[in-house]
Amino acid sequence: MPKSRALKVIVQLAILTGVGFAPFYLSAYNLSLLGRFFALSILALGIALIWGWGGMLSLGQGVFFGLGAYCLAMYLKLVGLGAGDLPDFMEWSGLSKLPWWWAVFRNPAVALGGVVLVPAAAAALLAWLVFHRRVGGVYFALVTQALALAFSTLLISEQAYTGGFNGLTDFSTVMGFHLIDPSVQRGLFWVTLGCLAAALVFLQWLVGTDFGKIVLAIRDGENRVRFLGYNPVPYKVVVFAIAGALAGISGALYMLHAGVISPAMVGVVPSIEMIVWVAVGGRESLVGAILGTLLVNFGKDWISSAIPSLWLFVMGLLFVLIVTVVPKGLSGLWSRDARDWIAVKVFRRPPTSRIPALTEPSEEAKEAAITSAAAEAPTIERRERLDEA
Amino acid sequence: MGESAVVAGQIFNGISVGSILLLAALGLALSFGVMKVINMAHGEMLMVGGYLSYLTSQHVHGPLALPAAMLVAFVGASIMGAILEFTIIRHLYGRPLDTLIVTWGVSLILQQGARSLFGAIGVDVTAPQWLQNSISINHGFLAGVDLPYVRLFIIAVALVVLAVVALCIGRTRWGTMLRAVHQHREMAAAMGVNTHMIDLAVFALGTGIAGLAGSVLALIAPVTPTVGQSYIVYAFLVVIVGGPGSLIGAALAALCVGLFSSTAQIFTSVSLSDVFLLVAVILFIQFRPKGIVATHSRLLEDA
Repeated sequence: MPKSRALKVIVQLAILTGVGFAPFYLSAYNLSLLGRFFALSILALGIALIWGWGGMLSLGQGVFFGLGAYCLAMYLKLVGLGAGDLPDFMEWSGLSKLPWWWAVFRNPAVALGGVVLVPAAAAALLAWLVFHRRVGGVYFALVTQALALAFSTLLISEQAYTGGFNGLTDFSTVMGFHLIDPSVQRGLFWVTLGCLAAALVFLQWLVGTDFGKIVLAIRDGENRVRFLGYNPVPYKVVVFAIAGALAGISGALYMLHAGVISPAMVGVVPSIEMIVWVAVGGRESLVGAILGTLLVNFGKDWISSAIPSLWLFVMGLLFVLIVTVVPKGLSGLWSRDARDWIAVKVFRRPPTSRIPALTEPSEEAKEAAITSAAAEAPTIERRERLDEA
Repeated sequence: MGESAVVAGQIFNGISVGSILLLAALGLALSFGVMKVINMAHGEMLMVGGYLSYLTSQHVHGPLALPAAMLVAFVGASIMGAILEFTIIRHLYGRPLDTLIVTWGVSLILQQGARSLFGAIGVDVTAPQWLQNSISINHGFLAGVDLPYVRLFIIAVALVVLAVVALCIGRTRWGTMLRAVHQHREMAAAMGVNTHMIDLAVFALGTGIAGLAGSVLALIAPVTPTVGQSYIVYAFLVVIVGGPGSLIGAALAALCVGLFSSTAQIFTSVSLSDVFLLVAVILFIQFRPKGIVATHSRLLEDA
């Protein structure tokens, strides 16, 4: 293992350990917030994958978040009930029998599997339907937004089956543990942290594989990839399904921390808010996506508890400023150029970074390349002279 | 009321919803078709138009109230659009997904601004006396159908706007330049077309029409800070179905979406009809991925 790589792993492990001890030095309130935001970071990693690497902007990640959360919440709703009993809201709405697609979630294995598989399958189906007809990126964003709208209105209107506007809440136990118990909260925090670390390691591995390289190539030149003989559709579908599964896991964990899942968390506005987290952190950086999620959410908690009406102004401004001023987000500031500059100017060492640029060269760079190529190419006079010689 | 009357009533509703959607979607289709810009703040231009016509109706009374409100809404919204284009969107060409995010941010700011200025509860604009009646059909198989003048007026406004925009694009010098930019931006620029001015004009025209839509919408529903959001998603579906940059496509698609959702409501609830509408659109793009009226192009990289 090269020295810098070893250093990186050591730093990451140190951070992980430091955060892992958080339950012993953070207040219960802050610990709960941190746990929630770590859960949301898992979803943000998925967005960074599909948007930063895959070039697909989804304005409907809330749907997959919600699917995962509802799968687990249905199990939690059923686990405390007797064989013939119904969840409270179903009784209020006058249902007499549990629908079969609720009954299957009585089994914890089905519920846990559903958290991953249901959103992944839904995401894969959607991606296939849109991409196999070569419908472009902008349409995809709009279709996913319409999906978020349809999903949240459906959840609200089918009150008898989904709990309506209030969603699913009032869970007492999870896998036999009492949710309000502080030790269970601590355990939940560690589980969330573990899932986040696993997701990060998995994605860091994935983007380094050949598969990841093709995904990147599709983003930068889908038609060129087609000309080279690859079919981009399966790659896009798989990447989108992975992001969907991550969103589902994130939703289930968030639901456990918050103790509730409701349509207000899965609609159009929360879905697009998820995009801000990643945009702030930098869409082309996995660690950046996590940092962006933490930063924006702690900021939101802080601002909206101080001056509630200010939050939408701040978020709107964040959108505008991030995209126009720092399109690569905060992690973009820690770019190759910046690191090289520090290495040369501060440490008086040659530039060390070897990470390939993820984007196309800038217009200036292209022009410079063309000018220098033109300067080296033989001019007409020179060619005439060459011909004579 | 007979069954045929229910169906006829819903078809009329569909046409009237479709004409509002057309007004809302025209600007989107224009700016997406010509500039490849997704304007998420377009719905807020509708809202701005609604509030402007509310403010006008507070000060202007008598027969001129409605035309004045519509004019103020159109001009005000197009000025806002021009400012938005000039300050932000101009710098983001070639990055459609980024324009989408930026304009969403702008829409949040405008929404919260409206909430601070006018409150979260909607304001009402009363329709003038001559629009408050309705045609009621009392005989024959359509007995019971009610055609309010306001809705007929909205349909008429949509038709007039469509005709004016079509004439502008098809018959004027400006329209020729616009079509040139739409077909091939670099080539048009090389031929001396000032593409910056065309972009500015297209964007301002589109947002102005949205403002107009807001002012007529204010006649039938209260103006709220979120009125734009409730229309924007449907307007985008209209653009997807119609194909960007085609007026006929947008008109047909608006009619289809309006008719589809209002006839679906005969059989099912409002929210389920939303779901069916989305499913129908996703199925539709399986067959015609470029919309009803596809613009043919030899360019490899399309939007």
